[in-house]
Amino acid sequence: MTDWKRICPLDDIPRLGSRVVRRPGAEDIAIFRNADDEVFALHDKCPHKGGPLSQGIVHGRKVTCPLHGWNIGLEDGHAVAPDEGRCGRFEVKVEGGEVWLGV
Amino acid sequence: MKKMKLVLVGNGMAGVRTIEELLKLAPDLYDITVFGAEPHGNYNRILLSPVLAGEMTLPEIMLNDLDWYRDNGITLHAGRKVVKIDRVRRKVLAGDGSEADYDRLLLATGSTPFIPPIPGNELPGVLGYRDIADTEAMIEAAGKYRHAVVIGAGLLGLEAANGLMLRGMDVTVVHLGEWIMERQLDKAAADMLQASLEAKGMKFLLARQTEALLPARNAQGDMAERVGAVRFKDGMEIPADLVVVAAGIRPNYALAESAGLYCGGGRVRGIHVSDTLQTVTDPRIYAVGECVAHRGVAYGLVAPLFEQGKVCANHLANFGIGRYEGSVTSTKLKVTGIDVFSAGDFGGGPGTEEIVLHDKQGGVYKRVVLKDDRIVGSVLYGDTADGSWYFQLMKDRQSVAEIRDHLMFGQNRLGDAGHKGENRAASMPDTAEVCGCNGVCKGTIVKAIKEQGLFTLDEVKKHTKAASSCGSCTGLVEQILASTVGGAYQAVSANDKPVCACTEHSHKVVREAIFKHHLTSKEAVFDTLNWKTPNGCDKCRPAVNYYLISSWPHEAKDDPQSRFINERAHANIQKDGTYSVVPRMWGGLTTPSELRAIADAAEKYQVPTVKVTGGQRIDLLGVKKEDLPAIWADLNAAGMVSGHAYGKSIRTVKTCVGAEHCRFGTQLAMDMGVKLEKMLFDMYAPHKVKLAVSGCPRNCAEAGIKDVGVIGVDSGYELYVGGNGGIKTEVAQFLCKVGSDEEVMEYAGAFLQLYREEGWYLERTVHWLNRVGLDYVKSQVVEDGDNRRRLHARLLDALKDARDPWQTSREGAAVKQFIPIQVEA
Repeated sequence: MTDWKRICPLDDIPRLGSRVVRRPGAEDIAIFRNADDEVFALHDKCPHKGGPLSQGIVHGRKVTCPLHGWNIGLEDGHAVAPDEGRCGRFEVKVEGGEVWLGV
Repeated sequence: MKKMKLVLVGNGMAGVRTIEELLKLAPDLYDITVFGAEPHGNYNRILLSPVLAGEMTLPEIMLNDLDWYRDNGITLHAGRKVVKIDRVRRKVLAGDGSEADYDRLLLATGSTPFIPPIPGNELPGVLGYRDIADTEAMIEAAGKYRHAVVIGAGLLGLEAANGLMLRGMDVTVVHLGEWIMERQLDKAAADMLQASLEAKGMKFLLARQTEALLPARNAQGDMAERVGAVRFKDGMEIPADLVVVAAGIRPNYALAESAGLYCGGGRVRGIHVSDTLQTVTDPRIYAVGECVAHRGVAYGLVAPLFEQGKVCANHLANFGIGRYEGSVTSTKLKVTGIDVFSAGDFGGGPGTEEIVLHDKQGGVYKRVVLKDDRIVGSVLYGDTADGSWYFQLMKDRQSVAEIRDHLMFGQNRLGDAGHKGENRAASMPDTAEVCGCNGVCKGTIVKAIKEQGLFTLDEVKKHTKAASSCGSCTGLVEQILASTVGGAYQAVSANDKPVCACTEHSHKVVREAIFKHHLTSKEAVFDTLNWKTPNGCDKCRPAVNYYLISSWPHEAKDDPQSRFINERAHANIQKDGTYSVVPRMWGGLTTPSELRAIADAAEKYQVPTVKVTGGQRIDLLGVKKEDLPAIWADLNAAGMVSGHAYGKSIRTVKTCVGAEHCRFGTQLAMDMGVKLEKMLFDMYAPHKVKLAVSGCPRNCAEAGIKDVGVIGVDSGYELYVGGNGGIKTEVAQFLCKVGSDEEVMEYAGAFLQLYREEGWYLERTVHWLNRVGLDYVKSQVVEDGDNRRRLHARLLDALKDARDPWQTSREGAAVKQFIPIQVEA
């Protein structure tokens, strides 16, 4: 069963931006918000060289890694072709203006 | 709504490329049916030569296999030749009796090799060179016979000869002209090419007219059913078990002509089309490719066909924009190890001048033909790295008057780092490193181009990462692309290159639209210019954001989410995700108390590395993002502000000690530098901006490689612009001399404001200067005093309420981005 954790109000994440969620003893998670207020959650680690995706530019349903410009799909964590690789994704939802993360 | 029916006749590169472009624009507009005479999917015809040479196999050159047609819902009739077009009933009829109705018809019937009417041309063993069947027949013959004769020493003939030779045949190339490839090369280059092909074992018979192809005799002395020899007008005969005729191509227009479509008369034959690629006779019928005559020209290279396809698709998609106005073509020979390039009109003639560089022993020949200070043609042999550059200058009709003295030494003549100054793409070994940033070898690039069917520089960058970091090897990668795909490569002019895949528009168009239509938000830009994506991408959003805030300061609102992380976090991201912090030291000056504060901060935040930068600052490397607001607060408290070491913005003004201390100093360099840096504080620009002020011509501040370099002399200051010490060392050019500190501020400010207003995003001052010309900049900044003062005033106005971004970022809601959200495990 998914364990839902309340993260923050949706408005604490900028549109076309992201926030980092830190968990003790586990890797950081990046939560993204796109222009349509959809939210997505991925491991904050690019499959290429481990760049922090949370620091990238969000566009459509993609984020561009700040280190070498790989594009990662926010829905599935897959690198956009011709690059290959994927990063872990997490369940995330918005309810009552609050962002919830499934870990 | 019922879909319209589109029928394509001709399953080759031009037609299928048009369909691909159409599917990108309007995937659901048509039911598409394709007829092709050959029993295959669409393959890369220009790579038949490598197949013949044994360097590639047929499966490798397929561009669209049968699955592609199925996946896109296209009905393919492969191996069925259309024999009739019924324009009244709007249907086409194939030889096997199958039919298809159309609402729109696209003809791409290509061309056929021209076989001259000489006796014996019908004998088995006499071939044109056009398709997979010809190639297979040549490969088969090479396995059985010894003597091959290729008639015609053009591009195709030489590639065929080379392939047959590599397959072990004894090959003689016969040519009517005085020298080989006379339509592409002048005699000097052709002689060099011939010599190197002869060194590989190819034989040549020039200025020979073929009289007849003679049948072979069998052991009994009877005529055999195969060609056996070639006889020339002068009576000479040579043995020939295989004759490949490469004497030009003829457009296939018989089908169109039989349907009553105008196909011209006299010299220019082909399906006549307008600038929208519609046949001049019937607007429902379009035609592209080698079967077409456009404005009296029939093209036989692939690049123009792709340009036609793009325009044609646009009209088929009912967009109705775009006109095909003809192509300027260039030529590359695809023979491994040989670099030849030619473009335009190199014949010379009245009113033309030429510049020639010829090193016979070194195997280098370059000839550039000029008319009215513009390049009209070029021929290169040996060193062809600058072919694309000359070609682009020619296409853009750019004046080369200012660069004439070093034109022949190429674009990358100086300090081009990262690939050992290599300039011969074709002769480089596969193991040679082309891209020093990403460690990409030539072999990797060639393999990707061939296997993935890449045609453009952008595609190569995406797939291989070569030339995608610093870009210094771009010219070399272009050359490798050009020598791999030959005529299919077309250099794209930077002037009309789209900003990114989100739009068709160039930087120029976007900049102008923002100004002309008074656009003040990215949404307005995307809307007005019909952006293809809802909110752009990492390439266009930063560019658009910059254009907005530089065109409409105080009015357009800066969008942090459209900025690269460094400009959002006001620090430089490092490979491990930490940041570097560089406090500003005006003019490179500091004080004991500032140094103490830096030392304290470095200890307090456990900064692992402290380094002095090239711009006379101190860099604190390895700061965690969540510590940034606090370290800035400490540095702010000591009177220091952001050093903008992270931005497309003013970086540093480097100074020497000047007349303040130096016994040689003529001007107060430190004082001048501090004043300039204060004037430019928080100035964003298309790219980073670096200045330097030296107090005398010894120039210890290295002003010669800065965007603006100021050199003090006894009577005032000399101003230099457009220098660059990075990827490619560029020496700054002399702008003017001024007398006072105030003038330095005004001239430098006006120069930078002009760059801010007209430069394209990510274009350094040197690239902008190369594009617009120093004369233009002088006319705006030096000669027109009123304009200079207006420019300077606009700069000061744009910067009038500049604040320290460190201070604004650590106050209020902006600080949230730095703080991670903690959750329990």
